Amino acid sequence: MAKRRAFDVTTLPGFTTIAILAFVLLYAPIVTLVIYSFNGGNSVNQWGGFSLQWYAIAAQNEAVQDATARSLIIAVWASVISTTVATMAALGTTRRGKFKGQTIIYVIINQPLMVPEIVTAVSLLIFFSSVKVATGYSGLGYLILAHSAFCIPFAYLPIKARLEGMDTTMETAAADLYATPWQSFRYVTLPLLLPGVIAGAMLAFIISLDNVIITEFVKSAGQDTLPTYMLGQLRRALTPEVNAISTALLGLTVLILTLFVFVTKKRD
Amino acid sequence: MSRQTPGRSKGLNGWLLSTPALILLLLAASGPLLIVAVYSVLEKGDYSGVRWILSGEGWFRVLFEKDIFDQTISLADANLSIFWRSFKLSIATTVITFAFGLPTAWFIATRPAKSRAFWLFLITIPFWTNLLIRTFAIMEVIRNQGILNTFLMHFGLISEPIQILYTDTAVLMGMTYVYLPLMVLPLYAAIDRFDFRLIEAGYDLYASRWQVLRGVILPIIKPGIIAGCILVFIPSLGAYVTPRVLGGGKNMMIGNFIELQFGQGQNWPLGAALSTVLLLVVLVSLLVYTRASSRDNPNG
Repeated sequence: MAKRRAFDVTTLPGFTTIAILAFVLLYAPIVTLVIYSFNGGNSVNQWGGFSLQWYAIAAQNEAVQDATARSLIIAVWASVISTTVATMAALGTTRRGKFKGQTIIYVIINQPLMVPEIVTAVSLLIFFSSVKVATGYSGLGYLILAHSAFCIPFAYLPIKARLEGMDTTMETAAADLYATPWQSFRYVTLPLLLPGVIAGAMLAFIISLDNVIITEFVKSAGQDTLPTYMLGQLRRALTPEVNAISTALLGLTVLILTLFVFVTKKRD
Repeated sequence: MSRQTPGRSKGLNGWLLSTPALILLLLAASGPLLIVAVYSVLEKGDYSGVRWILSGEGWFRVLFEKDIFDQTISLADANLSIFWRSFKLSIATTVITFAFGLPTAWFIATRPAKSRAFWLFLITIPFWTNLLIRTFAIMEVIRNQGILNTFLMHFGLISEPIQILYTDTAVLMGMTYVYLPLMVLPLYAAIDRFDFRLIEAGYDLYASRWQVLRGVILPIIKPGIIAGCILVFIPSLGAYVTPRVLGGGKNMMIGNFIELQFGQGQNWPLGAALSTVLLLVVLVSLLVYTRASSRDNPNG
């Protein structure tokens, strides 16, 4: 389609220049941040040679250790829970023809993508604060619950995409060979679906790990995650420590995304 | 496309399988939104929270204020300026991201198939990168000792640093930066399906480049344009992190104003009413989007 021809009709004046500029503007700040995380100097303003000192300082900071552990616990739980329920929902809403209320299910599942996060955050603050008073429980459960909920659409979309691209003849064949619905799911559908499930879990994990606003409103005292810890640090003086944490998180995101591309790549 | 498979359609039911997801979402996403609507019509509690008495005070305070002494009612200028700023900055963000996003999406979609995935991946990385990190990165660039000011001073373009951080300009730059991928991705999806032979047809009929862009390309990729604009406009209007970090507390947007009501402001009904307003604006935008995209059904 977009093949280059002798007279290239796909070129529009100035578009390439603006596009390149956009890429440069998109990456310049991130690259600066990464470079300055390796700054050997004590100030964010001056380059003091290459060093890993800020990574060491961040890694030894107990608050950072706690926040990292908490972030990972929440992200693992949230991605497991959201991926499980999203897989079920995707199986229920895909490849079986339209049924009554399907649109309602779509709307509810995709709702976290549409509602401004601040509104969800405020509504959860109101809701959970009364639950906290009523039950006396103020553990990580609220954060895990909230994260699981808003991760669902992110887990759902790649799983649904995978299901829609899958041939139904295999399951028909399994059924013809007297497989029970469970057997044909377990031995045919699930293995074929697995790349989609893994991809969904990865996106959910990233989304949970990165969340700031909802976490900031839902967390009880002393329940900082890595992003809310960083947000708190920004109020005080800038330190390259935050650069180091940011770069580490960025590296993790790029790693997961690369795996994601690898997993979702069509093998045909 | 969706053929019923005999073994599966019997035992498993669409609703049944979706139930766990729906319960989670109703509990921790959709359901609490209703509580917000209810709280907006209750009376404000002494410190925080609400009293369970019906009151229009929360909604009244969205636009008006009452003098403490003589009870005269006047428009709440502070609130109006926050609404105006949010609206203005969101529109500006949408326009600027479109100006950058269209050429970028076009550029990616017209790359040879092999390198296209690479360029697309370059857009995806910022898209999935923590919003806070990206806001923080732009903050490093525009602060007084940041690279932008250092660069300009080095070349003698300015003699002392320009104060960009903690201004509306900073918030605008930040939002443009963080929401650009949200504009590029739907535009790319639309351009990717675009039939480039139509451009050739346009040129054959003696159209100028501008006429081809206006008369052929833009109308066909319109659903993508609308999707991109909505995807940027909605989070811009509800932005919280970017104005908080780059606006420095003074240049509030609606999101920060809502937070204030649940924090220091201690006026939950007002905060709830403001949240409901934001929700309604989003709902209207989405309806406009659905209408627009169903009217000009994309021809493939």
